[in-house]
Amino acid sequence: MKEPLAYMRKAQGSWEKRILKSLNSMCTELSIPLAQKRPVSEQKELLNKWNEMGTDEPDLSLFRPVYAPKDFLEVLMNLRNPNYENGEHPSFRNHLGLIQVPLKVKDIPELKEDFSELGLNIGQLGIDDSAQVPPEFFENEHVRVGQKVLAEQDSAAAQQYVRQGCPTALRADLWALILNISNQPEDILYYEQLKSNVIQHDLLVDSLIYKDVKLTASNDDYYFVFEDYLYQVLLCFSRDTAVLEHFTYSSATPPRSYIRGKLGMEEYAVFYPPNGVIPFHGFSMYVAPLCFLYHEPSKLYQIFREMYVRFFFRLHSISSHPSGIVSLCLLFETLLQTHLPQLFYHLREIGAQPLRISFKWMVRAFSGYLATDQLLLLWDRILGYNSLEVLAVLAAAVFAFRAVNLMEVTSLAAAEAVLADLSTLKVMPLLQIFLFATVT
Amino acid sequence: MGGGMPVLGLRPPVPQVHEIVFRNFYTAFLSVRVQRPGPPGSRRWVTCLRDYCLMPCPHTEEGSQDYFSLRRHQMLCDVDQVTAVRFILRQPSPVWLHFTIEELQIFPPGQKSPQKDFPSWLSQLTPPEQPASLHRELPDPEKVSTEVQQMWVLTEVIRARQAAARIGRFDVDGCYDINLLSYT
Repeated sequence: MKEPLAYMRKAQGSWEKRILKSLNSMCTELSIPLAQKRPVSEQKELLNKWNEMGTDEPDLSLFRPVYAPKDFLEVLMNLRNPNYENGEHPSFRNHLGLIQVPLKVKDIPELKEDFSELGLNIGQLGIDDSAQVPPEFFENEHVRVGQKVLAEQDSAAAQQYVRQGCPTALRADLWALILNISNQPEDILYYEQLKSNVIQHDLLVDSLIYKDVKLTASNDDYYFVFEDYLYQVLLCFSRDTAVLEHFTYSSATPPRSYIRGKLGMEEYAVFYPPNGVIPFHGFSMYVAPLCFLYHEPSKLYQIFREMYVRFFFRLHSISSHPSGIVSLCLLFETLLQTHLPQLFYHLREIGAQPLRISFKWMVRAFSGYLATDQLLLLWDRILGYNSLEVLAVLAAAVFAFRAVNLMEVTSLAAAEAVLADLSTLKVMPLLQIFLFATVT
Repeated sequence: MGGGMPVLGLRPPVPQVHEIVFRNFYTAFLSVRVQRPGPPGSRRWVTCLRDYCLMPCPHTEEGSQDYFSLRRHQMLCDVDQVTAVRFILRQPSPVWLHFTIEELQIFPPGQKSPQKDFPSWLSQLTPPEQPASLHRELPDPEKVSTEVQQMWVLTEVIRARQAAARIGRFDVDGCYDINLLSYT
């Protein structure tokens, strides 16, 4: 089911139209076609430097990202249900945060039940494998169980297992088992076919990808080494029409175009880009952490594609799904407002609505904000629980952790500064304390 | 302003009611009453569905615009010889401006509802059942095996229906020379 609520479908449609207009105007301004066949000499050149596309320094100064997370946040803030009493004056009907749609979100008792494996008396990687804890207590046994799950190739057991975290040595295989990626010869062949599509046709979207990688991953201390991998994955991703299948359950619709001279004729309609996904600022950060786990391009590609069509697409489309970004934002705001009301009120009063700071974390699934080992522990739980709700809970837990400092700030800029650096945070203790050890 | 309890009344096309299909619009609870012949000569109203929950959490969006299908075996009384049907809508939450049900259709037996894709015995909605108490005895193995069989057939049907055709094509006749993106 794509999206049951009519006003959400409408909002998604308007948002998509804005993106298309932006892309079209970039196209006409720069006089660059959306797609063109590469001349043979250029094809040869690209094939030769396929493994080192990062060394290329094309002039990208005229390109700009189609949109950034903060533009998307503005759209979500203005989302209204026309059948809801959106009164002018504050009342119990208005939410105190930025999101004003009445979606159902879980409260802490419900989250405690859903995320019961994160409880205080259950072993976790990210907590019970620290240097001070003898490995006999938990870690050794957990690794042993993980090896057994892999030997049995039991996908359901793997999903249950990773709720307590993956041992580093087993993570790549466990994630592949959960995502059902086996890298058969036909998968490798499919990837090679996509690669040849990249060689043959040059898409405008390619320049957006280049720009995004250069602006984000290349500047990141942890991920710049993977720059070449990112091009190899994302350029192929844009050509992959198999991704179009996820639109049957996404609230989004892929953009269309017509072969030159055949405007309006259905037989000459194609999707653009071929996979229907227009990348935004920060998109490459969905791929970057996976480069730590997978080094074979075809397998890395398939893992990323599966992660995208299962999870990441929900972070940049408007829907009422419980793991959709709108629900995550509302869950974050509700958790914060219910359990840290003083902090929430204070931040509101100084013009620093908490979602303005945490939105970018959630849209990127915290990639680029946390240290990589912590990020991978977080993504273990996304896979284990098949839900993105843990992102909203972590965002609230981060605010709770820095509450004392935040109570003393007097401006949005100061609040941003307190929360600018998350690289020292340990994800699992924060989640555990917020869910299971906070006095409510 | 929300609240109130609208009642929709209508005459079914045929006296036998097999299925009622509608799309919800922010109604939380639905009751259905039918008018049937009572003691000779008169007609009486009988409740055939009482406070059927459409929105589990009336202040929030869950179920607010979903499609629902009600079958005769979910009803409390016999729905043959029906001369009139009344829908009583309740929405206790004051936050909604309007609430109603839309696209209402009543199907007599024999006429298929819009769900034509799979055999009717697969689409039968079972009435809410009490969870089996295992304290006294094990559940009936016959019942368990029929339920498992139904689920297995459903998965087989879904698997068989996988569309082989791709949704889109990369290029048309080897060409990907395109204009601007289309807004419609």
